[in-house]
Amino acid sequence: MKSVIMDSTAIERALKRIAHEIIEKHTSVPVSLIGIRTAGVFIASRLAEYIGQFGRIPVQTAILDITLYRDDAAKGAGRAIVRATEIHFSVDNTFIILVDDVLFTGRTVRAAMDAVIDLGRPKVIQLAVLVDRGHRELPIKADYTGKNIPTMDDDQIKVVLTESGSKEDAVYVIRKGD
Amino acid sequence: MVSGKGIIGLKYLGKDDIEKIVETAFSMRDISKRSVKKVPTLRGKTVINLFFESSTRTKTSFEIAAKRLSADVVNFSYASSSTSKGETTIDTAKNIEAMNPDVFIIRHASSGIMELLSRHLKTPIISAGDGTNEHPTQGLLDIMTIRDEKKRIDGLKVVVAGDIYHSRVARSDIYGMGKLGAKVYFFSPPTLITEDYASLGARVTYDAQEAFTDADVIIMLRIQLERQATGLFPSTREYAKVFGLNEQRLKLAKPDVIVMHPGPINRGLELSSGVADNKEHSRVLKQVENGVSIRMSAIYHTIGEGHEYTDN
Repeated sequence: MKSVIMDSTAIERALKRIAHEIIEKHTSVPVSLIGIRTAGVFIASRLAEYIGQFGRIPVQTAILDITLYRDDAAKGAGRAIVRATEIHFSVDNTFIILVDDVLFTGRTVRAAMDAVIDLGRPKVIQLAVLVDRGHRELPIKADYTGKNIPTMDDDQIKVVLTESGSKEDAVYVIRKGD
Repeated sequence: MVSGKGIIGLKYLGKDDIEKIVETAFSMRDISKRSVKKVPTLRGKTVINLFFESSTRTKTSFEIAAKRLSADVVNFSYASSSTSKGETTIDTAKNIEAMNPDVFIIRHASSGIMELLSRHLKTPIISAGDGTNEHPTQGLLDIMTIRDEKKRIDGLKVVVAGDIYHSRVARSDIYGMGKLGAKVYFFSPPTLITEDYASLGARVTYDAQEAFTDADVIIMLRIQLERQATGLFPSTREYAKVFGLNEQRLKLAKPDVIVMHPGPINRGLELSSGVADNKEHSRVLKQVENGVSIRMSAIYHTIGEGHEYTDN
C-alpha cells in the first residue's frame, strides 16, 4: 500500500520553516550546506535558495557522495557506483549543515560525518532532514526536521522531487502487506 | 562480470563493465588529491600482490591503490618465492589462498596463465600482466586518460606503435578501445607483428605516414632492447628513424593529439625527448596518476558481490 504523507505544498512549507530555523540559529556566515547524494543535494539547494531569500545571508552548497564510507561497503557494495564529492570550500573551522531527505538508521549520517571529517576539522556539524522516520541504530539526531513520521521497520519511505524528473514533489510511505 | 570474479583481461569485459570501472576511477582520483588520502571502504580486506615477474611501477601502483581504500596489502615476489624451490605456480597460489585473501593481483611471464589460475582459485584475480597476452589495468588507464582528455573514445583514431608482437598493452588496448568504438591502428615493423592482429579489429600498417596522419591519440610502446640481438630489427638507430616518434612526425597528427607510453621510455629510440617532455601533447605522467585511480576502481569493483542501497 502506498500513501502520500507529504504533498508539494507540505514539502515547501517544511523546507521554508527549516530555512527560517537555520537563519535564526546560525551565528557564523556563510551558511555551508552539504547535500548527501542524491536527494539531499536537491534539498540542500532548495534550502540555500530560501535562506538567501529570507535571511539575505551568504550560503554555500556542496555535494557529498558517501558510498566509500558505508559500513556495509566491504560486505559487498562492489557494484555501487561511486560518484564525485564536490566540496569546493575548506571544511576547516566551518559551521556545516549536512542535508538529507530521510533520516532512518543513522548509518548514512554516520558515514557522511566520517567523510566530512576526512576533509578537515569542521567547527560544528549539524543535520537537516526532510523526514525523520525513526528506527535509529546509532546515537544520531537531526537538528532540523521537516516532518516526523512514525513508521514500521519494514516500511519504505519514498521521496520524489521534480529535480529527479518527477512531475510533482511528494513523500510516500510504502507499507508491505495490507 | 567483474564483481567477485576479477579482471583477467579486457577480452572478457563488456562495454558496460569497462565504462563502469573508468567512471568510478574518476571519482577515486579525487581521493588521491586530498590531504587524507584514504577512505575506509575496504577495511579488513587483504590484497595479495603476487608477482612472478619483476615489476616496480605496476606493483607500487596496485599497492598504493589498495592502501588508499584501507585494504591490507601483502607483497609476494618472485625472488622470495618458493617457485625457485620447485613448486608449481598453481600450488603457490593455492597455498596463499589458504590464508584467505580477498583478491589476488598477479603478474606472470606466461601468456594465458590467468585463465588457468582462475579455474583453480576461488579468490578473484586482477591481472597485472601475463606474458605477451594482456595487461588489463594498463588498457583501462589508457582508456581513462583518453576519456579525460577527449571526453569520448568512440570514433577516435588511436595509433598503437612499436613492438606489437611482444606487447600485452597493445592487446588490452585493442580489446578495450575496440569495444568502445575507437579506430585502432597498429604501426610496427613487419617483424614485430603478424597479420593475425588484424583479426582483433585493428588496422595493421607499416607506413608511418598512414599511421600518424590525423591521429587523435598515439600510444608508443617500449622497444625491448634485449630483443635487438634476436635480429627482429637491424639497429636501434634505424628503428628510431623509421618507426620512432619525433617532433617532425608528430606534425602529421591532429593539432590536439595526445601522446602516451606505458613506460619505461627509451628516450631517443621509440620516443624522442622533445615529444616525451612536450607538455602540450605528452600524457605519460598523467597515465601514471590515472593508473592508481584505475587500480582503486578495479579492486573496489572486484571485492564484493554487489547490491543496491536502500536506506530510506
